Amino acid sequence: MTKVDKNFYIKLGKFFLLKSFRIATLLFAICIISFLLIKNSPIDPIQAYIGADMLTVGPEQRERIAEYWGLNLPVMVQFWNWLSALLTGDLGTSMIYRSPVSEIISERFIHSLVLMIAAWLLSGIFGFAMGVIAAMKKDTWIDKIIVWYCYTLASTPTFWVGLLMLIIFAVWLGWFPIGLSVPVGSLAEDVSIADRLRHLILPAVTLSIVGVANVALHTRQKMIDVLASDYVLFAKARGERGFVLFWRHGLRNIALPAVTLQFAAFSELFGGAVLAEQVFSYPGLGQATVEAGLRGDVPLLLGLVIFSTIFIFAGNLIADLIYYVVDPRTREGWRI
Amino acid sequence: MISSLKKRTRFSLNRRQKTFLTLFSLIVFLICIVLVGALLDEGRIATNLVDRNLVPSFDHPFGTDWLGRDMFTRTIMGLSLSIGVGLIGAVGSISIALILGTAAAIMGNKGDRLISWLIDLFLSVPHLVTLILIAFTLGGGFKGIVIGIALTHWPSLARIIRVEVMQIRTSEFVKVSRQMGKSHWWIALHHMLPHLVPQVLVGFTLLFPHVILHESAVTFLGLGLSPHEPAIGIILSESMKYLSSGMWWLAFFPGLCLLIVVRTFDNIGEKLRMFLHSN
Repeated sequence: MTKVDKNFYIKLGKFFLLKSFRIATLLFAICIISFLLIKNSPIDPIQAYIGADMLTVGPEQRERIAEYWGLNLPVMVQFWNWLSALLTGDLGTSMIYRSPVSEIISERFIHSLVLMIAAWLLSGIFGFAMGVIAAMKKDTWIDKIIVWYCYTLASTPTFWVGLLMLIIFAVWLGWFPIGLSVPVGSLAEDVSIADRLRHLILPAVTLSIVGVANVALHTRQKMIDVLASDYVLFAKARGERGFVLFWRHGLRNIALPAVTLQFAAFSELFGGAVLAEQVFSYPGLGQATVEAGLRGDVPLLLGLVIFSTIFIFAGNLIADLIYYVVDPRTREGWRI
Repeated sequence: MISSLKKRTRFSLNRRQKTFLTLFSLIVFLICIVLVGALLDEGRIATNLVDRNLVPSFDHPFGTDWLGRDMFTRTIMGLSLSIGVGLIGAVGSISIALILGTAAAIMGNKGDRLISWLIDLFLSVPHLVTLILIAFTLGGGFKGIVIGIALTHWPSLARIIRVEVMQIRTSEFVKVSRQMGKSHWWIALHHMLPHLVPQVLVGFTLLFPHVILHESAVTFLGLGLSPHEPAIGIILSESMKYLSSGMWWLAFFPGLCLLIVVRTFDNIGEKLRMFLHSN
């Protein structure tokens, strides 16, 4: 760190400023759109709230509930109330869990985060390795198998892979529990880390089995390009090959795109997590989203939409930032 | 050597013909599934309490479920339904992509920015969450899923079309055509459209796998098609209750068939791309 480019920090600051402006506009638009969408839903919020006891509620009581929640107010006023509450960090109260939405999201996000990080790392490492191997052994049977596997997985429903996992490892072999993140019927304090891990393995493996395709194919292509370059030809002429060749000339050139791609794939990861969580009854964000959608829990659904947007934006931001900071070539003519 | 060369020319097709043949047979395969699914007798999936929970056999290749319904029939009907839903959703998505992509390229800087922003907007929420939101708004069912799919799958294709239109717009022949006094519409119809058709066609077939997978996923989650329809998502979500009792065939075969159909579409897209951009 002898000479730090002062310009670099100014540019970085500008970059963050523009990015935060961007997320602000996107979030605002998403707030409006999802609010209007949900407002126009045929599901009656009062009925969704009361559920089966609807018959015992008279019209006056109904009126009072509507008034209490401000459901009689004009749509824009309602939106404004919701938005101003949102800005102070109040996401409302979930109807099905009867507790603040922010609490539910933060609690469930920890579960989801563990799952997603595990799947993210596994699929990243294995996908990268598969891509490198396929490229180094291009046009051999091992390359063909890897490519075939990746293309097939891209067409495989995530939840079906989850079901197969359940059938094989939980039902036939009995190695893993069928679902939930903790053993049934035990108190939260009694749950050990080993227990949690056992419940995590199947969903994480499912997600990573499906997740490798993208990064593997991408890495393979990059590596083939690298191997076709002049400097690799020269290295080969000097007698380098196999792992040494990869270590000296391949890794640096292909690691960055692969890592960036993994960060940019947060959207698919989140979508996959929704399905995997549903199959394994894993109590994460995805399951909460499905529950909220099925049972008409408007505050929770809105909160989750906003949260998932921020989550994906964070992934994309990291991807951009890595490129920006690590690779000096991209700094020239940077555009957002 | 010469004789072997002759042999090859007599018995083998060239690459283009081979691609065409594969393409043709794949399409025929899919049409067969749709037709069989539409023509199969509803009576085969009637409740039949005598033949409950049968393992796959010659009579019931995919076994039967807890109500004695033939799983093979249900699966094929489900596939046919999925392809139908996917077709409508994909056509909707393509139309949006075509309109917005072209508009972005033609409307100048401001329009371009607006549409790029719109694309970013739709890409910034996970597809599945958007689908759940839209399905929720429309109360689920067929309508919800089709509109949801149409509204979520257009952005990537719209980007491709935008770039394509921009390239054609600045090409020589379009400039000449404009100099000769042809109207915007005339140029769009005679110069732009013929270039876009292959792109759209390939985009369409490559979009299809995503569409079908998302349809079955949302249905699996319980927000899509109603439980009375024989959709693959419904079959698989129902099967979850019976997995622990070892009825693996309820989940295995329908999912495998879905995988084969999706992979077929993917193949068609790839082959079509090779066929249309053969140089």
